[in-house]
Amino acid sequence: MMATMEPEAMDLFGALPAQDEQANARLHARLAAAAAADGVLDVAYRTVNTPVGTLLLAATEQGLVRVAYPGQGHDAALAQLAELVSPRILRAPGRLDGAARQLDEYFSGRRRVFDLPLDLRLAKGFRRAVLAHLLQIPYGATESYAQVAAAAGHPRATRAAGTACATNPVPIVVPCHRVVRSDGSPGGYAGGPGAKRSLLTLEAA
Amino acid sequence: MRPFEQIVADFGPMVLRVCRAVVGPDEAEDAWSETFLAALKAYPELDEGANVEAWLVTIAHRKAIDAIRAAARRPVAAGSLPERPARTGRPEDWDGDLWAALAALPPKQRAAVAYHYLAGLPYAQIAAITGGSTDAARRAAADGIKTLRATYLARTREGEGR
Repeated sequence: MMATMEPEAMDLFGALPAQDEQANARLHARLAAAAAADGVLDVAYRTVNTPVGTLLLAATEQGLVRVAYPGQGHDAALAQLAELVSPRILRAPGRLDGAARQLDEYFSGRRRVFDLPLDLRLAKGFRRAVLAHLLQIPYGATESYAQVAAAAGHPRATRAAGTACATNPVPIVVPCHRVVRSDGSPGGYAGGPGAKRSLLTLEAA
Repeated sequence: MRPFEQIVADFGPMVLRVCRAVVGPDEAEDAWSETFLAALKAYPELDEGANVEAWLVTIAHRKAIDAIRAAARRPVAAGSLPERPARTGRPEDWDGDLWAALAALPPKQRAAVAYHYLAGLPYAQIAAITGGSTDAARRAAADGIKTLRATYLARTREGEGR
């Protein structure tokens, strides 16, 4: 990135710090605030530590648009948002404060229903209909993929219902973990089978 | 297209160094902030293959000109280069002699020096940003470096010798 410097130029600018972490942090926060105020912070994100791993949370001005597990790759999730929503993306925790707080309450057993604005634009058509139904499955309850397919209007689309769950852009908050195989076994999950078992165990307590 | 966060992480420190060298410690953070806010707004329209450093320096250059003009319109506070403690109190904080020496350069030389030695831009690119020919940009940078060597380096070496 930096052109090779002649020794005397290195000498000259040695007093000017190449990295000034305090200034970088101050300027980043100022940029995020100015971008939000000007309505050009299209996607804000932060991470939160939870019992099922460090989650990436991202929100548009409309609401929570993405929750990503570590195994899904936070960088991959941000790249997808840049591609499908907007590249105007900054780490800006403020917009996610409510989501982070509610997730914390959920994992400590103090919250059963999320009350957050959602932006489900990453899911289209039948997948979107499945997500809308998932929001109706109460805390602690489970349904089979076949039941979900039927409730979303396509009783024979069990496999597509499974795909809609697997590609849920907002797991946990849109509770795809409450959909299990008809034999009662948990089935697949975006966060891995361990995370799904953890969430079902938490909600069964 | 990369998330803009990546652009800030990759190039923010370089642009801050350039802003500090071109407009000085007092105006640098305002210039940086205006540069990156303008860049964020324009980012979705940037060509995939564009040279991001040159694009950012081009915006920073316009913001620096605005900052210098605004500063010129303001009544000058007693002593344009006030003696004051470095803001972070760290030894690498650079307020002082280097800025005094940079501020004494003609603006074209200061810009050419910063864009070549701190941003790493080739002289042809610098000429496109500041106007004039590639040779003029090269000469401006060489003259600027020569003056800095004579003023700033001579003074700091003298200081070390004491």
